[in-house]
Amino acid sequence: MIAHLPVLQVIIPLMAAPICLVLKRPQLVWLFSILVSGLAFLISILLLQQVMTSGVISYELGGWQAPWGIEYRIDKLNAFLLLIISAISTIVLIAAQTSIEKEIPKNKHTYFYILYLLSLTGMLGIVATGDAFNVFVFLEISSLSAYALIALGKDKRALWASYQYLIMGTIGATFILIGIGLMYQMTGTLNMEDLSQRLPEVAQTRTVFTAFAFVIVGICLKLALFPLHLWLPNAYAYAPSIVTAFFAATATKVAIYLLIRFTFSVFGLSFSFTTVPLQTLFMALGLVGIFVASIAAIYQTNIKHLFAYSSIAQIGYMIVGFSISTVTGLTATLLHLFNHALMKSAIFLALGAVMYRLGNVQLSSFHGLGRQMPLTMAAIVVGGLSLIGVPLTVGFVSKWYLLTALLEQGWWPIAILILLGSILAVIYVWRIVEVAYFKEPLSTSVPVKEAPLYFLIPIWTLVIANIYFGIDTRLSFQVAEAAAMSLFGGTP
Amino acid sequence: MNLSLELMLQLSILVPLIATLVIIVTGHNPNLREGVTITTCLVLIYLVVNLYQGLISGETISVFWWELLPGLNISFDIEPLGMLFALIASFLWLITTCYAIGYMRSHQEKNQTRFYCCFAIAIAAVMGLAFSANLFTLFIFYEVLTLSTYPLVTHAGTDKAKKGGRTYLGILLSTSVAFFLLAIVGTWLVAGTLDFKLGGIFSEDVDKTIAGILLVLFIFGIGKAAIMPFHRWLPAAMVAPTPVSALLHAVAVVKAGVFTVLKVCVFIFGLDLLSVLPTTQFLLYLAGASVLLASIIAMRQDNLKARLAYSTVSQLGYITIGSLLATSSGVLGSSMHIATHAFGKITLFFCAGAILVTLHKSKISEMRGIGRQMPLTMFAFFIASLSIIGVPPTGGTWSKWYLMMGTIEAEQSILMVILMLSSLLNIAYLLPIPFHAFFPNKKGVKGADDEEGKLFITNQIKEAPLPSLIAIGITTLGCLTLFMYPQPLFELATAILTSRE
Repeated sequence: MIAHLPVLQVIIPLMAAPICLVLKRPQLVWLFSILVSGLAFLISILLLQQVMTSGVISYELGGWQAPWGIEYRIDKLNAFLLLIISAISTIVLIAAQTSIEKEIPKNKHTYFYILYLLSLTGMLGIVATGDAFNVFVFLEISSLSAYALIALGKDKRALWASYQYLIMGTIGATFILIGIGLMYQMTGTLNMEDLSQRLPEVAQTRTVFTAFAFVIVGICLKLALFPLHLWLPNAYAYAPSIVTAFFAATATKVAIYLLIRFTFSVFGLSFSFTTVPLQTLFMALGLVGIFVASIAAIYQTNIKHLFAYSSIAQIGYMIVGFSISTVTGLTATLLHLFNHALMKSAIFLALGAVMYRLGNVQLSSFHGLGRQMPLTMAAIVVGGLSLIGVPLTVGFVSKWYLLTALLEQGWWPIAILILLGSILAVIYVWRIVEVAYFKEPLSTSVPVKEAPLYFLIPIWTLVIANIYFGIDTRLSFQVAEAAAMSLFGGTP
Repeated sequence: MNLSLELMLQLSILVPLIATLVIIVTGHNPNLREGVTITTCLVLIYLVVNLYQGLISGETISVFWWELLPGLNISFDIEPLGMLFALIASFLWLITTCYAIGYMRSHQEKNQTRFYCCFAIAIAAVMGLAFSANLFTLFIFYEVLTLSTYPLVTHAGTDKAKKGGRTYLGILLSTSVAFFLLAIVGTWLVAGTLDFKLGGIFSEDVDKTIAGILLVLFIFGIGKAAIMPFHRWLPAAMVAPTPVSALLHAVAVVKAGVFTVLKVCVFIFGLDLLSVLPTTQFLLYLAGASVLLASIIAMRQDNLKARLAYSTVSQLGYITIGSLLATSSGVLGSSMHIATHAFGKITLFFCAGAILVTLHKSKISEMRGIGRQMPLTMFAFFIASLSIIGVPPTGGTWSKWYLMMGTIEAEQSILMVILMLSSLLNIAYLLPIPFHAFFPNKKGVKGADDEEGKLFITNQIKEAPLPSLIAIGITTLGCLTLFMYPQPLFELATAILTSRE
């Protein structure tokens, strides 16, 4: 059983999805989904433990040997990612039933869970697999279900947002496929480990450059790197709240993982950063992204839009850390991956609670909410402080490492820019705080009540995690550092 | 009770935090709630005094809490400067609480539970800040202090309060995030440690340019020290209720700023390194400019609290100058000034609040003749003004004396002139207030001939509420006592530079 964990991680949610159809009753399906996601979470913990103690786990699917058959390869990096995805998925699901009651028509509830599980399968699959073509397959599974999930939003604009995402996502996936095809043409293999050994021999050919360009651009579309981010704000804003909370915490993280995997493992550090000027390019795009998205966030009136832009800015931080291409820089990126998942899922779930009570998340509806929904608003404030990077929250930990990484290289001006970026976060977070705490409640006949318990439990689990992992950084830091080290292991 | 000193140190941070919870629980019963606050104050003073006795008997008191990131600890260690700050803050917290009870009730303020809660958190942060053993711990409590005082500044909830709060948080958070944090990370990478150590943590062959840049980042980043051009938050914070302005913006928050500056100068850079850095001179002049400009601006303020706020900006400049002078007299004067200015300024704020509550006046131009109505308050105002100016028989004399000595030792004649000039300006903007209060010039009073004008010059005594009056009395006595018996303060201040090897 233990030996089969890598594949079970993916197979369980995949098989669970059709079973939902049989169960039919939404309540039951909900509990079943939590169970499945919880199982995935459990497996990811076991996998992480195993990887940390005994190194890389290689699993041959169907017993076919590695370069020919599909290999699932779990190292520290993807074990870490698996943990993040399945943990967030499970916590978010607890609030799902309450949330979708008001946002999705009753007859679609079962489909919602099926799509959710498929999307989870896709993400776990992308991360777990060691096969480049398999990545594409799972990418399509997660993307197709994501399009449908976003389209479920009750706002009509959800359809348009989903369509935008569909077009951009498909272009991205196609690019990745083209890239993988070109690589296959040059090397005759799809196994990542194998690719990484064979690519250096043909590294100087134009085909490999083209392949690299296609893969990177495709991934950047998926991770909404500025200026390829245009699909993200609407998709996040109009999707059902649960979907937003889940995707904001995980979807872009998976894309970052792919970026790291392809640049560091498949193409190799020397090709990605020496032959191709990826460092300058990504550093610039990351920085511009931080500023453009943060400033855009300041001007939003829909709070989901606001935090969606903030997500784009946070991706900028991860990209900056990535582009430093040192162990500390990559550690900072991985830490932020983990930390940002915690912040954003807490914030978007809290927004889901606001949506549940008020029916919208316009800034004007937040009047007096600090008094009416104190616990929910407190969660948004803690999440916001974490985004700003106040000490004792997770945001501070990742910022500290990013700064350390930058200063190690002596890049003072960039460090200052990063810090200025986080001041912009103060502005957009504080706009909400002021409205929620200083404006009188809108005079509605029905007083707004605190969010239901099914919301508060997951929200506060995440909020406490935000503080806990800001104080006890052993787990996140050790794993992130070990993963970063192992990625640099092959190169001097 | 037989508590170990280590435990007491931790309790001095935890007790106010625990009190926060109790205050929330007892929020429905004001008497009980205030009882909890006062008890907490007393317990805190007991703890701090015990720690003080432990410290002067020569014991090392340090506690390690938690390793947040590899090499970065949350830990505490008591040294004389922190002790001095903690003593002042905890003692004045008690006085302010007494004052606040009278003030808040007679003003019928809303959200009093939130008020006392945030106050307690702020004090916990101050204790943590005062006792922190490294820059990292200090930074954490520094930020907690900023955030916990934000609801106090915006207490009124009006648009004006909101705007003030925006400036307050905006400047304090921005400077600390953009400069202070950068300086800390930079220090960590250059020096390899963040622990406070007498004589500094940089090695002797450190690059002077980088260290100089770090110093600038520190001085800019510690926004709480209100060096121009980062002083705007302090006048903005004056929208807060007066007890907040009194404790936080005359004592806790601003003193946390200059305390941090002193700590950084003495324990991170060390006086020897400080005196050879290329940027020290520039920063000295910047602080000098801050002292002078703030005094001049203070003269032009008609709102009493705004005038006091600018006066604080100016006085904080003195302390920054004292620390940057890198002489023992400078450090001595600075640390003594933390104490003497605290007593003087808190008295002035108490008086301003008393005038506001009793006579509903906040403008200086309206205060002519009020000496007849509030003789005790205005007398206290007079004494406290003398202390700020630095003339006998008040405590301010000593600190200004040593600051002057510092400028002479460091051969900074320009700064000496600035300090003297500023003292003259202090006279010009502070003394007219009690003077006109007692000797109103009838012709000078606006509309002195009509009915309303006569109201100014009533002889009927209408003093501040008793709790407020007691508080004013105690701090005024404090100003005088610091002149008569400066010995303990002096010893503590001298111990900063000699305590440990």
